[in-house]
Amino acid sequence: MPPAVVFIEAVVLAGRFPLLSGLSLEVATGEVVHLRGANGAGKTSLLRACAGLLPIASGRAEVLGHDLLVDRVSLRRAVGLLGHAGFHYEELSVRDNLRFALRASRAPLERAGPALERLGLTGRLLDTPVGACSAGQRRRLALAVLVARAPRLWLLDEPHAGLDAEARATVDALVAEARVGGATVLLASHELERAAAIADRSVEIAGGRVVPAATDSAEVGCDVA
Amino acid sequence: MWRDALLVAGKDLRVEWRSRVGLNQVVPFALAVLLLFGLALGPDAARLRAATSGLFWVTVLLAALLGVQRSFALESADRAGDGLRLSGLDAGGIFVGKAAALGFQLLVLEAVLALVAALLYGTPLEGVGVLAASCVLATAGLAAVGTFYGALAAGTRVRETLLPLLFFPVVAPVLLAATKAWSAALGRSGGGGVGWLALLAVFAAAYVAIGTVAFGPLLEDS
Repeated sequence: MPPAVVFIEAVVLAGRFPLLSGLSLEVATGEVVHLRGANGAGKTSLLRACAGLLPIASGRAEVLGHDLLVDRVSLRRAVGLLGHAGFHYEELSVRDNLRFALRASRAPLERAGPALERLGLTGRLLDTPVGACSAGQRRRLALAVLVARAPRLWLLDEPHAGLDAEARATVDALVAEARVGGATVLLASHELERAAAIADRSVEIAGGRVVPAATDSAEVGCDVA
Repeated sequence: MWRDALLVAGKDLRVEWRSRVGLNQVVPFALAVLLLFGLALGPDAARLRAATSGLFWVTVLLAALLGVQRSFALESADRAGDGLRLSGLDAGGIFVGKAAALGFQLLVLEAVLALVAALLYGTPLEGVGVLAASCVLATAGLAAVGTFYGALAAGTRVRETLLPLLFFPVVAPVLLAATKAWSAALGRSGGGGVGWLALLAVFAAAYVAIGTVAFGPLLEDS
């Protein structure tokens, strides 16, 4: 089976500033990979590049068989990104936001109910405008969208942030279920122990590059300093 | 593309219906502008009637700017625009959908403004067919230009000041043609206004076509 993600010397720029500066990474299909690194190391940029949201300036980047230098739009229905933002419309209710997300991504609407229930979004909360929801509830909704879309590649940026203990355990369970279902998961997290427990392997990122495994702990210390 | 356009238009209109920003802010703003124009020109009834077409369309332009800013503020909050891109919606469909939602709101506003302007300035609404046709065509042009440049400005840090600079010069032909068409319909100038309607139609068609084709690269680069 071909790898889900192949980045070779990939460069992503914001103006002239390199967000990824020659990053190389290969992730097998069905693998759960934990991305770790200091703030600003490039974890979020890598996830956004994998989602086709950031253009690749040079190098090679393929995600789910799509060459991102040629076309980074047609890939998007196959990936799900849980970012720092939830991509919600504040005026729309929890239910309406999920239904819109599913219609837009052409996912079956029947998945909405089970996904909302799985994330504990039930009762009156369903008709509550997202603008009136707590940060944790918004996070749960973003996860519900992801679950209902059932993407082939899950891109999770600090998925446990802002969640209570029960929801954090649900996130761990969802990642495990995604893997069982054949999906690939890239997970950026500062919660090293928790992430290590659900990931197949861990990759250190610093300065927009993957730190070689043999030397990563020593180099990370230097980069952060 | 049309399915995506309907979906996006429905979403924008639903958000607007729930937030009532148009009803509670844009409509009162436009009515205040009409009133202030009236106060500035004084109580001379003939003068007010002669200026009705121009005042109406300048007010619509100002309100359209607010509508465009609001349309893209929705997509900036919580990075909802990224969500649209991630869902794989057709970019042309997003453009047509957002422009249609904006155009619908502007048409409702224009209906209200036309009635208020008629009462306020003492101008009988004659030639309703030409008035309505010019509203539809001019609104299509305004919505298309507004959506196109709204997306362009939304990706910048100076969006609030950049958008008027881009929007007003480009829609100057719409202001001119719509004002002339209204003046013709209201009997303030010669001709039936058909030539001006044709100009509005060409302008709208051109910008709808440009926007539909160019919106994808615009979204990706902004």
